[in-house]
Amino acid sequence: MNNRLPGLHLKAEDFIPATAEEKESLVIMRDSVNFWRDGLRRLKKNRVAMVSLFFILLIMIFAYVLPSFWPYTYDQQIRTSENLSPFTYGEAELARIEAGEKVFPHICGTDKLGRDFAVRLMMGARISLTVGLVCAAIVLVIGALFGAIAGFAGGWVDNIMMRFTDIIYTIPDILLIIIMAMSLKPALEQLVTHKGFLWLQKLGPNMIAIFLVFALIYWVGMARITRSQVLILKESEYVTAARALGAGSARIIRKHLLTNCIGTLTVTTTLQIPSAIFTESYLSFLGIGVQVPMPSLGSLATDAVKGMNTYPYLLLFPAILISVIILVFNLFGDGLRDAFDPKLKD
Amino acid sequence: MLKEKLLDIRDEYLSFFTPAGEIKALNGVSFSMDEGEVLGIVGESGSGKSVTAYSIMGLTAYPGRLVGGSIRFNGHDVEKMSEKELRKMRGNEVSIIFQDPMTSLNPVYTIGNQIEEVILLHTDKTRDEAKKRARELLELVGINEPDRRLKQYPHELSGGMRQRVMISIALACEPKLLIADEPTTALDVTIQAQILELMKELRSKLDMSIIMITHDLGVVASMCEKIAVMYAGHIVEYGTADEIFYEPGHEYTKGLIKSIPKLNSSEPERLVPIEGQPVDLLNPPKGCPFAPRCGSCMKICLREMPEKTELSETHYCYCWLHGKAEFEKGGGEE
Amino acid sequence: MSRQDILVEIQNLRQYFPAGGHGKNRRFVQAVDDVSFAIKKGETLGLVGESGCGKTTVGRTMLRLYEPTDGRIIYDGKIIYDSGRCPLKNDDGSDMTDGKGKPVFGKRTAVDMLPYRRKMQIVFQDPYASLDPRMTIGDIVGESIDIHRTAANKKERHDKIISLLECVGLNSEHANRYPHEFSGGQRQRVGIARALAADPQFIVCDEPVSALDVSIQAQVVNMFEDLQQEMGLTYLFIAHDLSVVKHISNRIGVMYLGKMVELAESFELIAHSVHPYTRSLISAIPVADPKTARAAKRITLQGDVPSPLNPPSGCRFRTRCPYADELCARECPQMKEVGAGHWAACHHLDRVEY
Repeated sequence: MNNRLPGLHLKAEDFIPATAEEKESLVIMRDSVNFWRDGLRRLKKNRVAMVSLFFILLIMIFAYVLPSFWPYTYDQQIRTSENLSPFTYGEAELARIEAGEKVFPHICGTDKLGRDFAVRLMMGARISLTVGLVCAAIVLVIGALFGAIAGFAGGWVDNIMMRFTDIIYTIPDILLIIIMAMSLKPALEQLVTHKGFLWLQKLGPNMIAIFLVFALIYWVGMARITRSQVLILKESEYVTAARALGAGSARIIRKHLLTNCIGTLTVTTTLQIPSAIFTESYLSFLGIGVQVPMPSLGSLATDAVKGMNTYPYLLLFPAILISVIILVFNLFGDGLRDAFDPKLKD
Repeated sequence: MLKEKLLDIRDEYLSFFTPAGEIKALNGVSFSMDEGEVLGIVGESGSGKSVTAYSIMGLTAYPGRLVGGSIRFNGHDVEKMSEKELRKMRGNEVSIIFQDPMTSLNPVYTIGNQIEEVILLHTDKTRDEAKKRARELLELVGINEPDRRLKQYPHELSGGMRQRVMISIALACEPKLLIADEPTTALDVTIQAQILELMKELRSKLDMSIIMITHDLGVVASMCEKIAVMYAGHIVEYGTADEIFYEPGHEYTKGLIKSIPKLNSSEPERLVPIEGQPVDLLNPPKGCPFAPRCGSCMKICLREMPEKTELSETHYCYCWLHGKAEFEKGGGEE
Repeated sequence: MSRQDILVEIQNLRQYFPAGGHGKNRRFVQAVDDVSFAIKKGETLGLVGESGCGKTTVGRTMLRLYEPTDGRIIYDGKIIYDSGRCPLKNDDGSDMTDGKGKPVFGKRTAVDMLPYRRKMQIVFQDPYASLDPRMTIGDIVGESIDIHRTAANKKERHDKIISLLECVGLNSEHANRYPHEFSGGQRQRVGIARALAADPQFIVCDEPVSALDVSIQAQVVNMFEDLQQEMGLTYLFIAHDLSVVKHISNRIGVMYLGKMVELAESFELIAHSVHPYTRSLISAIPVADPKTARAAKRITLQGDVPSPLNPPSGCRFRTRCPYADELCARECPQMKEVGAGHWAACHHLDRVEY
């Protein structure tokens, strides 16, 4: 194995002691990476997450940007164009085409009232996304705050607060939404008579009930996760070290606990979005979602069920869209977790 | 006829392919062991000592992969074995004791259950025979009241006791080779002394080979006949215990021995540390891996990995200082 | 030793941690039980013992990172904690009494620790867990500067941080990096720089080298010694490795299950230990020398350390001690001075073989 004769290729100057600089030059310091950059790099390498992110952006554009440029609006009813299949035109429209006018095609057809289904899908997606995002935000704020206080205070405060979350866990959520929607209706009708509350009318009592229930119930999971994180972090040696340096509670929360929780919070919030969208769709499907004529993906599906045999695409489009939205958010959330919070994995 | 060695590792290269790049954990490790031998592998964290031992059992963790070389154990080529063959070999011919006895025992089964399970898996003994054997094993590793212990759960035992149970599981099928991966690091000094005493006793009783992986030179000094010193995935020096401690040939070994504080010196003396930081295995230096920390580093060390120098029949090391001595001896020839 | 020389002292310190149960069944982990010692200015006191012996708890309780259950902590002549249930001490260490022979108790005291946080610091064992992974090295070292507002402006803060990093063998290039980019030894240097940033007089070194590789251990130990020389620091050096403690300490205290069992000058303790536990501890250390190791006869202790939840009656070491008898089960031995500055707590010192 060692057939090279020692000394054959060596020269006397090879055995001069090396200088300190030469020795140091061998040690290469790696590029500095901080937590976010490192996580981002991992995220970028995750192909599934990146494809999901692309779809999320696509759906966002579809829901928030496209309707403004669309030639139809979601509540515009076109006579003689009822129940059209995709890429077909109604009588009146055919006449206009013959007259040399350009008519934008109904890519997804129209519904039984002659409304362009494509724009209704966009609006539905907009409602669903908005519900998802707003609910996730509500859950994040309330849950994280509640959990952080319970975890940091500890002792009997923690005990009482966590028993309270246990009680909330036992409340059946769908039932509460229905009851709240019913009881909110009269109060809301009163409210919208005042100026400045008109926008509430558009949402409808059901929607407000959904938001309220999310605010009242769904933060429990987030609170538990935050609390357990804070409990672990609070006992960590670097927090003890900060206390030994004389840091007060405010500084410890701000500088150490919060910054170290952010990864987990981001991931949990992202994963909260699809669950909220799902709940909303499911409620709208049962008929306790958004107010007509506002569409949501769930209510579009309900409307389509009646004509399922004749116009299957009216059911297919919203159903597929719901699935895709929930899927991509979940996949992206998983990607975020792998990148920023590897501990949570199992 | 030459008897085949129990273990023969040749030129083993092993890397972990992480997202950050290739971590070269082993860079050409070769050594062999006879039956009944006790080998100590010494090195700091990340030197590749555990990786070497695990690869003998085919237990390289993802994303690690054997890149080159061969591992021959007890007549098999480990790197060519199927998962099924490996499973049969593990526990039967070679077994391992881990550093942390708490995490390597299953908390929901009794001690007896876990020992019997291993016996049933590898032999065709009946349940009753396995039970008897489990009791024997506990007695062998010096656990008092074995009948009561068999019914206990891991959390009811102390750390030292758990490590004894781990050893008894490892010995269940009378393996030819026992790998002990830092078996006493997690234990207190007085318990460590008990476990080391036990291992010495068992070795003379059972006549098996042991690979002792540790960072503690004190542990290998009393236990091992042969010692391999590892640094950055290389065995930089190999020899008998006496050769390593009394005539170390590599600057790293010398540094390690010097940096240990002496207990029985009456005068306060300054420690002699090895300067610098451990090697970054993502960016290992080009020449000798120890060069950046070496006090006698030469120009050549920065450029080239040294050749193997045999200092005696049982003792070799990789260091250019020996090359220099040879070069100066035959200096005028060319 | 005279009172003026003493920087920090603890008297009858007790630290019990609740371990579940309610009312009568309430159980406590007796982590530290009636421990007293004093550390002189500029001295290093070593504290050794096995896991669960309470050495780490002593260090943290001294800094009042845990609120003591009982006892008194005195720093630089001022009482910073007093439970009010322990008799005051005379200068010779005996209990102070009033005219009628009744002990005089201290007044219940618990001072605001903020000013003391700058004088008493701590270096932790685990260089991975003790640095906040989301903060840069510069911010970690600068934390005490931020808390105590000891820098007038950003530039001064920066300069201070750099000089602290240089003090522990790191450089300005490291300040903007994150802990995970460093090796264990370098992180421990950062931990030391953070402690030094407060400009302390007293540092509790809580197993600062136990997690490090041998070759790096020596670097850090040397650095502790150099810093002590330069800045006149006083250390409480906690470790389970007797050889390291012996190397760095002037005096060593040995703890077992929450109690101090022996305290002496370090060479004296190694060479002439009198307590059976200390002797077995010394003998259990594996010697890095094959010939001595083969020849050495060990005193191997039987059994394991009992649980501090339910320690044995009387002397806590009696369950593993070869000399134990009924007296040990009945009565807890008190610390006795067996030689100049050499204290031990054992009933049978005369019987312990040499």
